[in-house]
Amino acid sequence: MGFRFDLFIVLIAILSVPVLSDLILSKVDRRIDLTSQVVRITSTLKVENSGNDPVSEVLLAFPEHQEKNLAYLTASFREGKGKGKGSTSSLPVEVVHPQGMPPALVFYSVSLPKGLGKGESLTLDVLVVFTHSLKPFPKEITQADFQLVVFQDSGHYLSPYEVKFQSLSVKLPDARIESYTRLENTKTVGSEIKYGPYENHPPFSYSPIVVHFEQNQPFAVAEQLVREIEISHWGNVQVTEHYKLIHAGAQSKGEFSRLDYQARPHVRGASAFRHLVAKLPPRAHSVYFRDEIGNISTSHLWGDLKKTELEIEPRYPMFGGWRTSFFIGYGLPLQDFLFESGGKRFLNITFGCPMNEVVIDNLIVKVVLPEGSRDISVSAPFAVKQWQETKLSHLDIVGRPVAVLEKTNVVPEHNQHFQVYYKFNNISLLREPLMLISGFFFLFVTCIVYMHVDMSISKSSASYVMKLLWEEIQAAIQQVHDIISRCLSIHDKLEASLRDLSRTGDVQACKAARKASDGQLKELSKELRPLLAFLQSSPQAAQILPKVEELVAKERELQEKLMLKHTTVADSYEKKSGGKEIENRIASQQQKIVALRQEVDDLLDYIDEI
Amino acid sequence: MTMIAITTHFVPRGQQGSRYPIRSCQSLTRPSMAASEDSNQSKIRTVFGSVLSFFILILIGVLAFSIRLFSVIKYESVIHEFDPYFNYRVTQFLTKNGIYDFWNWFDDRTWYPLGRVIGGTVYPGLTLTAGSIWWLLNSLNIPLSVETVCVFTAPIFSANAAWATYLLTKEVKGTGAGLTAAALLAMVPSYISRSVAGSYDNEAVAIFALIFTFYLYIKTLNTGSLFYATLNAITYFYMVCSWGGYTFIINLIPMHVLLCIVTGRYSSRLYIAYAPLVVLGTLLAALVPVVGFNAVMTSEHFASFLVSSVGTMILPSNFVVNFSLQVFIIIHVVALVYYIKGILSPKMFKVAVTLVVSVGLVVCCAVVAVLIALVASSPTKGWSGRSLSLLDPTYASKYIPIIASVSEHQPPTWPSYFMDINVLAFLVPAGIVACFLPLSDASSFVVLYIVTSVYFSGVMVRLMLVLAPAACILSGIALSEAFDVLTRSIKFQLPGLPENSQIDVSLILFMLLTIKAGDTTSSSVVTQNDAAKTNKNEDTLKERPSRKNRKKEKEHVEKTSIKSQIKKRLLVLPLEASVAAIFLLVLLGAFYVVHCVWAAAEAYSAPSIVLTSHSHDGLHVFDDFREAYAWLRHNTEVDDKVSFLHVYLSVVCLIFLNLFLHGIMVWNCSCILIVFTLLEL
Repeated sequence: MGFRFDLFIVLIAILSVPVLSDLILSKVDRRIDLTSQVVRITSTLKVENSGNDPVSEVLLAFPEHQEKNLAYLTASFREGKGKGKGSTSSLPVEVVHPQGMPPALVFYSVSLPKGLGKGESLTLDVLVVFTHSLKPFPKEITQADFQLVVFQDSGHYLSPYEVKFQSLSVKLPDARIESYTRLENTKTVGSEIKYGPYENHPPFSYSPIVVHFEQNQPFAVAEQLVREIEISHWGNVQVTEHYKLIHAGAQSKGEFSRLDYQARPHVRGASAFRHLVAKLPPRAHSVYFRDEIGNISTSHLWGDLKKTELEIEPRYPMFGGWRTSFFIGYGLPLQDFLFESGGKRFLNITFGCPMNEVVIDNLIVKVVLPEGSRDISVSAPFAVKQWQETKLSHLDIVGRPVAVLEKTNVVPEHNQHFQVYYKFNNISLLREPLMLISGFFFLFVTCIVYMHVDMSISKSSASYVMKLLWEEIQAAIQQVHDIISRCLSIHDKLEASLRDLSRTGDVQACKAARKASDGQLKELSKELRPLLAFLQSSPQAAQILPKVEELVAKERELQEKLMLKHTTVADSYEKKSGGKEIENRIASQQQKIVALRQEVDDLLDYIDEI
Repeated sequence: MTMIAITTHFVPRGQQGSRYPIRSCQSLTRPSMAASEDSNQSKIRTVFGSVLSFFILILIGVLAFSIRLFSVIKYESVIHEFDPYFNYRVTQFLTKNGIYDFWNWFDDRTWYPLGRVIGGTVYPGLTLTAGSIWWLLNSLNIPLSVETVCVFTAPIFSANAAWATYLLTKEVKGTGAGLTAAALLAMVPSYISRSVAGSYDNEAVAIFALIFTFYLYIKTLNTGSLFYATLNAITYFYMVCSWGGYTFIINLIPMHVLLCIVTGRYSSRLYIAYAPLVVLGTLLAALVPVVGFNAVMTSEHFASFLVSSVGTMILPSNFVVNFSLQVFIIIHVVALVYYIKGILSPKMFKVAVTLVVSVGLVVCCAVVAVLIALVASSPTKGWSGRSLSLLDPTYASKYIPIIASVSEHQPPTWPSYFMDINVLAFLVPAGIVACFLPLSDASSFVVLYIVTSVYFSGVMVRLMLVLAPAACILSGIALSEAFDVLTRSIKFQLPGLPENSQIDVSLILFMLLTIKAGDTTSSSVVTQNDAAKTNKNEDTLKERPSRKNRKKEKEHVEKTSIKSQIKKRLLVLPLEASVAAIFLLVLLGAFYVVHCVWAAAEAYSAPSIVLTSHSHDGLHVFDDFREAYAWLRHNTEVDDKVSFLHVYLSVVCLIFLNLFLHGIMVWNCSCILIVFTLLEL
């Protein structure tokens, strides 16, 4: 009530101010749209110049308390008297502070394209959008209550000019109307309240009207929205939008029953909103909807050639005063949004949020350009705060330039295209792949170098020398081992030749094999000699030397025995002795050979373990 | 090919500084043409084998990582369950405030009105690991969120664990067994259950640390290198940082040392493997705030295992000196005895022994009496309830019902063994047998490991996790040995194949197996074995190799020597039987793979915080937990208090940080009463 009292005082102050211009509003037609949380007032003003001097600007007046909620104001002008809307063009609007005006009013001046001469008239279409102008009343409701809101305005058009003829219609949502102020000539048609027509009101006439009605449309207000638009010249524009959302309607009180809500959502939760629809550009892909604790599974996506629609449902139904925060993200094809003109590239993308019902208190748009962009400039269709920062992201060295735009009180009408111009060299595209390639290349080169380089600190220290020597000894022993095992395999071949002999009786072949093996064995023993000499000469090998020597000796013994056996068998075959006889003759040798073989094997294993 | 290049171009250095007149080995050995061809071939095979096993290892890593991604693909990249959320929150704090604030962090948001000293009560290993991964990535300008890093820490570390298993098993039984064991571990369901993507819990990194500590112990034991011993102590420190299960290590290793001493396997290598670990490890462990002086003071660090394993029943189970330190003393005594034995003549030695033993017994009795008196004066006798319930499975249900009530502290059922280690349960006995042919220090350790872990897993289902690596290692050994024997039998009996074409046989076999069962891992192991074996069968003279190559060769030789010993003992099996047996083994492996994939996909991937159900009209997602948490987070005031039961606490803590919480944990019974009263339960 105090509020209305203030208004009354303002009113008196206003009425005492004289008229300052010769303009007359011959006809004012106002339509107030209250069907959503945003108040849209469309006024058609027919302006007539009754004075002598041509006039080039028209003043629009708003009370201060209303003006601070003003989000969007546009005036367009219609040539002539015809109703044809073909030639509308929006006019520049600015805040002015004319002399001698009442202090509680804020004036906007619309500059006309050309001066309005005496007796001439023109028609102005003014669209004004207010946010936070519907006040919930009562301020707190329970889950089962409907939400009632109050709207206040003037029944008469508030103007510094005389108004000849005016009418007002208030469009309400299709629901209950609790009460409304009745002036003369007031009537309701369906969900619309009509005031007027009224005639001949002096400047600054004001008659407050109050409409109290049921409004269950979502009161979704984003306290903050950060939109990050990241351009990748590899073909993608990635948009991420971080929302901090609140239901700005009547506060919810009492307890919330999920069961009731689930059972009858339209009765037990009429004031809550459950989902929002985001209209994304066509060909949007990789859409996600998450918050800090993970994916929010309640969302739907469908789309056609013209648009992509994303229906998002926060984790819980939003009742009055409840908050939530989440982010959505999507990728867009680069060629739809990035263009080139005059050696510069520019991004052309919408400014506001893709959700129609959401009012944004504070909107920050960040355009992240690729690393290496220069000469950045922004052109926006309305005034925004701008600055630049840098962002470090994947594989960046100096960081990516970010153009930041900030605007408060954003409504869907602000959803217009803006442009960011910058210069970017295509070669910079290859920088990151090249970085990766060279990174891996150097990794491998380092590995190769490490494998080849001896990293020992002191090359002359005793322990290092000892180590090298020990390694050589090991190598020598390894070679001895190899030679012995090759001898053993030659022995095997000899045995095999004996078996062949017993099968085929071909003595010549057997002898040939013998000859070949003899040669090989001789060669091997030749190879063995320097190795043994080396081992004997080095003091460190003293420990193993006996074993090695034993091994060599045993092997030689084995070799001799085997040769003996071989000769015996071959001879016997030549003499055509019986199988039994041969067996008897070599039986004792065979035993020795097996025993020796066993010993050699054991020794080999022993040396192996060193 | 690189390896060949290295070998041929590496000119032996060392002659420069050498004081001894040595001729270059190159000139010493001028092999015949045929021999050099042979050696070249064998070198190619060696290189082929090592490159192949390298790629198999990489594939195993990829397998271990990707099999754990079911949870991300089926659900989303989100932290699972309750404890992981607590860890995640701690990690967030660490990344935001740095290490010093983390140590001093007193969290007044949990366990209202008591609060919690986080820095002193958490095992910081996991948090520090994920924190440093995050820091590293961010310093390279790869802006991953802390959550993403936390989610993928567990899969990354399971790949590491698989590689550690390879190293450990390789030390025990050679490359083939190592690869098989690594492949088995990469997908063992028991481990998957604790390390799917998002399961950000201590066990995720601890199992890797456990296996790697064991590997370094075995490595030290095999080489006697002090370098590995130091590394071992550091890894043990990491393990202590990561998980309370470190007590298992510090009890198992002393047990093994004792076993070695008792069975007469004492060597200086054993001493090097053990003494530095105890000294350095205990010092390092005491640095971790949550452990502190527990490292030397509590009885958990020794055990009555001493009693059971040594059989000295006169010793009561409770010493205030810890078990590892006792063994530490014992090993020194043994070392001294060996030393003295070396110095004195046998006769003198006998005299000395009688003298020392009689004096020692008297002293021991006195000390024992004092210790008994000390220990008996404390009511729990120096044991925490959880550990007591390990030794006496009925202890918890009798005295501490709150510990018994936790489901993961229950003894497992038989089906859970089958579920968690599947066919490994049948392969393990074979692996144990293989470990005894021949018994080495390393294989006796593995046997001891499996025996103790089987016991512990029988007491507490949670410790199945400790059993899993042991089961994998032994099954890997069993499978590898079986394949070894069978393929050799086949090779011996396939007629008309010259020796040199063995590699082709194994390749054919490889293809055959791949086609038959698609079980690439085990069959490629066969190839690996064969490749190794062909090396051995070649009678080659090797040129003087470079240091690194020589090491590799040495390993090969070691392996082959073990194999040749086995070869001597094993009879060749009939061809048909071997083929059938291989086929059955591959089938068994395939069954295991199928089971593991199923377990990973269906049983262990649910994040618990999101529930889903399948019905005839599709998939339903129940996201109620997060709905409630999100509401609390956004719509409550800073000082609101929320009452919660048990483990949900940690999730709540994270999801709305701005709250004082009234949660309860297992340790505080009075709190539970209050909360029950509050909730009118």
